[in-house]
Formats: sequence, C-alpha cells, structure tokens
Amino acid sequence: MCGAKAGGPDLAGVDVANETIIQGSVTRNEEPVNGYVRLLDENGEFTAEVPTSATGQFRFFARPGKWTLRALVPGATVDRQVVATQGEFTEVAIAV
Amino acid sequence: MSRTDVLVDADWVQAHLDDPKVVVVEVDEDTAAYDKNHIRNAVRIDWQKDLQDPVRRDFIDQAGFEALLSAKGIANDNTVVLYGGNNNWFASYAYWYFKLYGHGDVRLLDGGRKKWELDSRELVVEQPERAATQYTAQPADSSIRAFRDDVLNAIGTLNLVDVRSPDEFSGKLLAPAHLPQEQSQRPGHVPTAKNIPWAKNANDDGTLKSDDELKALYEAEGVDLATDTIAYCRIGERSALTWFVLHELLGQENVKNYDGSWTEYGSLVGVPIELGN
Repeated sequence: MCGAKAGGPDLAGVDVANETIIQGSVTRNEEPVNGYVRLLDENGEFTAEVPTSATGQFRFFARPGKWTLRALVPGATVDRQVVATQGEFTEVAIAV
Repeated sequence: MSRTDVLVDADWVQAHLDDPKVVVVEVDEDTAAYDKNHIRNAVRIDWQKDLQDPVRRDFIDQAGFEALLSAKGIANDNTVVLYGGNNNWFASYAYWYFKLYGHGDVRLLDGGRKKWELDSRELVVEQPERAATQYTAQPADSSIRAFRDDVLNAIGTLNLVDVRSPDEFSGKLLAPAHLPQEQSQRPGHVPTAKNIPWAKNANDDGTLKSDDELKALYEAEGVDLATDTIAYCRIGERSALTWFVLHELLGQENVKNYDGSWTEYGSLVGVPIELGN
C-alpha cells in the first residue's frame, strides 16, 4: 500500500474557477483508509457520497456554503464541518 | 411478498456464496470497482456497456437481455442477488431491469458493497467462470416504466417523487455533488413533485430502513400510497431505489420509474419547470 497523499485526486480537465471543490483525505495512523465520505448540507441532509481512493483521497463538487463531511470506515464514523467557496479548494484532512 | 423475498442481508449472502442456485451480481456506477475486488463468485454487469442500447438512449431489448444473462451464466431458475456501490443505486437500477424482463427471483443485498466493506468481509480479485445458459426473458413490463408524457400527465394528478438531493431539486445543482456540473439544459423540478431524497430511505451504512419507518416517511411527506406514483432522479438509478422501496418493500401497486428523468425532462422544450423548494 502506498502512503496517504494530501489533497484530493487529480484535477486535470476540470474548470476549477467555476467549481466549488471540497477535497481531502482520510487516514488512520497516517495511512490511507478505505471507506466512504458523505457530504451533508447545512440542515444535515445527505447530498453526496464517495468512496475514498486507494490513497485515501476524496473530492466533491459542491456549492458555496456550510457543509458537514462524514467519514465512514470500518469501526469508526467522524464528522467535520467546512465552509466552501467557489473557485477555491476547501482542503480537509480527516484522521479516524 | 415478504421483505426477505426481495432484500437479503450480508449474512444471508455469506451463507450462499457457494450455492449453485444463487448468482451474486455486482453493478456499480464506477464500472471498474469490480476489477479492484468483489464478493467471491460474484459476476459483473456493466450498467453502461451491458444494459444500454449502444446507439439510441434506451434499454437493451428483450433479446439483448436474454443474450446478456445467457453469457453471464445466469439461468431462469437462479436466485439473483444484486449489489453495488453508492448504496445500491445501480444495483437497484439493474433489479428494476430484471423485474422489467420478468426474472422470477431477484433480490438486493441490503447495504450493498458499502455495508459489506464496512463489515470488513472478504473481497477477492479472482473472477468466477460460469457456463453459458439459454436464458429466456419475458416481454418488457411497461407498467413499471414511465415516459415523459406519463410525467407531464401526472402533474397535479399523481404522486411525483423527485428523489434527488434538495440542491438538485431546487435548481442550485444540476447533478450530484461528486460529479462535474453538467447534464440537463435547465435546473429545477417537475411542478407538484415532492422532494424525498433517496437517502432518506437508507441508514448511513446503506441498509434500508424498516418498513414501518419507510411508510411513515412517505406518509409524513404527503405521499398518498393509494395513488399511482412516478419516481425520477437524474438518469433513473436513484429513483430505481425509491421504486424498489415503494413497489417491492411497501407493496404500492402502481409505481413507475422514469428513467429519462431530469436529463430528459430538464432538456425538453416548452415543458413546465419549477425552481426553489
């Protein structure tokens, strides 16, 4: 297993200026974890979910505003609150 | 029909991995997920390559479905258990196909691939070899499929259930938030549709809520379960999950899945659209 990478997956071909990107990685003891990340809106409603990559990374194309990220991995669930802005990367490192 | 006739848990699947009458089938949005690993002895159906007409926007036809299942080694008397990623979105979509073409015994693995992974159950790389069969499908059952005119005629008269996220429903987003923002020509929703996101049917681990919880959910949202219903989303896969809940679990008789969904409706000229909540 290769180590965890900071940030999200490769962004080649994505018009970053027009997107509101929330991305990051999920790790346990600094090693990437295979699991899932859920994106919940400011009312706590489910909006999207992605599996983490082999290097523990995830990314969402959202809209500006407040969001909750919920990481689900075997044996653990961790929430993180973030505020996302269009044209910027909102980077989130989640340790479980 | 009981819940276990259409929905089985991971323990049930684990106990039937070597049962020759049970075929486990993985169907994922990420069609490469199967190559990484899968449940032992599971075969793959690719929702894009295997289930869509290669030219027109439509399903494979009856002969195409027969050829597909024959090649996958699935027989008419097999119990087929479908599972996949994304909380079974595309497994539900495939389930709806199997029902559309009249397969006798098809079920979903409750929670799909996510629940299996979160349980740390075995996943393998080896692909099974199944001998080809001579599968015979039934003519497509149009009673469970809605077309655009059905949706237009349902405005203000039937239950229309938009199962997308609140931001897609209101018009802030055109697609789920993990996909780039492109799809229909216009955002919004069909007038009189109720927004009951598919995720309300499921727990965090992807398993479906109890029948009582599901019934309470739809009644609380003002869906008269005695009235005919059309469910839609963006391309018909998330709404296949809601179709499964209403038709297969709650036993609502006339429920159709509109697989054209918002990518079709939101690109039609002249049809009514609402924005906002």
